[in-house]
Amino acid sequence: MIEFESVTKRYPDGTVAVGDLSLKVETGQITVFVGPSGCGKTTALRMINRMIQPTAGRVLIDGADVTARPEAELRREIGYVIQGAGLFPHRTVLDNIATVPILQGVTRRDARSSALGLLERVGLPANLGERYPSQLSGGQQQRVGVARALAADPPVLLMDEPFSAVDPVVRDDLQQELLRLQGELGKTIVLVTHDIDEAIRLGDEVAVFAQGARLAQFAPPADLLAAPADDFVAALVGRDRGFRGLGFTDGNEIALRPIDHDVDGLALEVDPDGRPLGWRGTDGLLPTEGTFREGANLRTVTDLVILSPAGAAVRVDAEGRADGLVLLEDLAGSVRTQQRERLTALATAEDAG
Amino acid sequence: MSLDYLLDAANWSLSNPEGFPQRILEHLGYTTLALLIAAVIAFPIGLLIGHTGRGALLAINLGNAGRALPTLGVLMLALAAVGIGLVPVTIALIVLAIPPILATTYAGVRSVADETVDAARGVGMTEPQIAWRVEVPIALPIIIGGLRNATLQVISTATIAAYAGLGGLGRYLFDGLATLEYDQVVAGAIVIAALAVAIDLALAGTQRLLVSPGVGGRGADNRPTTVRPEPKPEPAG
Repeated sequence: MIEFESVTKRYPDGTVAVGDLSLKVETGQITVFVGPSGCGKTTALRMINRMIQPTAGRVLIDGADVTARPEAELRREIGYVIQGAGLFPHRTVLDNIATVPILQGVTRRDARSSALGLLERVGLPANLGERYPSQLSGGQQQRVGVARALAADPPVLLMDEPFSAVDPVVRDDLQQELLRLQGELGKTIVLVTHDIDEAIRLGDEVAVFAQGARLAQFAPPADLLAAPADDFVAALVGRDRGFRGLGFTDGNEIALRPIDHDVDGLALEVDPDGRPLGWRGTDGLLPTEGTFREGANLRTVTDLVILSPAGAAVRVDAEGRADGLVLLEDLAGSVRTQQRERLTALATAEDAG
Repeated sequence: MSLDYLLDAANWSLSNPEGFPQRILEHLGYTTLALLIAAVIAFPIGLLIGHTGRGALLAINLGNAGRALPTLGVLMLALAAVGIGLVPVTIALIVLAIPPILATTYAGVRSVADETVDAARGVGMTEPQIAWRVEVPIALPIIIGGLRNATLQVISTATIAAYAGLGGLGRYLFDGLATLEYDQVVAGAIVIAALAVAIDLALAGTQRLLVSPGVGGRGADNRPTTVRPEPKPEPAG
């Protein structure tokens, strides 16, 4: 766990980059610091590995004050990924990845052989190992940057705008890759971004920083979308927050209707194996516009309901056989119930706090 | 004016104490000594001010002032101060060599991208490790460029050793001028020029050996750098 205890960073010219920040970053989770530029999110991140020293307050990692240890030693046990990767141009990809283990005294040979494994882990082919950073694409460099940060197997990973320098398609890839890696590794990750969509996608918890280094809200992404703390957070989260919030809600809560249910004059037609063919009505066969499987989120289900000519989404099993229907009225009821429960829970928590 | 002196085999004899081989060795000796001392002084200072960013204005201005000093003037001052011999010559050549080494070391280290230094610090390198393992290797082409520049200047200027009563290739110039034997002057000038070019080529070769392909641009040139598709993760096993 990483704790900020009333941390303040004030520069000699009087600028307050971070003002009296207190928050807890849970172990094994991705915590995202998000906010406009100049809001102090990067400063806060860099105080964790002492790249910036606070003027007041303390930062603790697992209860130990970060200032208790020599800077370099502390940093070797904290993975660090920055925008544009910051690879060493004079070193090959493998030597870049092997940097921290070598600093910790591992032989170059051993460090390079583990680096090869990490290359694969971040989704790069082994033959890139002997290339130099200038020979890689931006996305590949960023992957190497992540591999370098993971090389010493640090429990904590700090990522400062890691995906801001790559194009949207590559960024999407890298985000997916990070979530996959995190699923395998379970690191304590603090990630800084100015992109609220990235924050919502990656974060288990999201800390929204406002201008003037104020912590506007600290909550899981679903709560951020469902109940922004103030106008600033609402504006940052942006439009369609209700619909986007459905992405965090389990679709399994909704009651399923049998597949032979008659929906407003339309009936689901299936092939001999039970796979859906379309909706049969008096006008002929209409397409289903897609199906979903167990475990899909409410956003997917809602989208299918909206697209369906019957106002009903078709659920299929692993073999693609239709095994249930979600109707518009059942969906609406479920969405209403869940939002009501969420707001009630938040209000109760606020009263209690 | 003829090339007779230059082409006379007797002048190339290894046993001739006034022959070209002997004079070249003396010349290289003065050059190497001055360059070594200048590098020992200028390189650490350039590295320090380049790494910390402090004292740059002072150091660069001192360097430029040093560049403006006429070497012959410095030699005169040194001769007056310590008398005839190797010391005043070496002092004059050091003063000549320091500015290019200092300025390029500083400029090279400053040219290392901020994000690279930030990453080095962030992964846990100490300040000396950042300087030696990141800044120097990346700045090396520029630093060696400054060294080559200094070497050329010192080789051509080491002729003044003869003026201070020493040997070296300057002997042919000063003696030839004094005795009006111009073929000797021409021979000395040609050998100095050839020596300067040869040493510069040797340093260029050293540069190719020492500089990482990742910063020299060579490695980047022999492989396509066009956008290639993002590789997909391959299934493990």
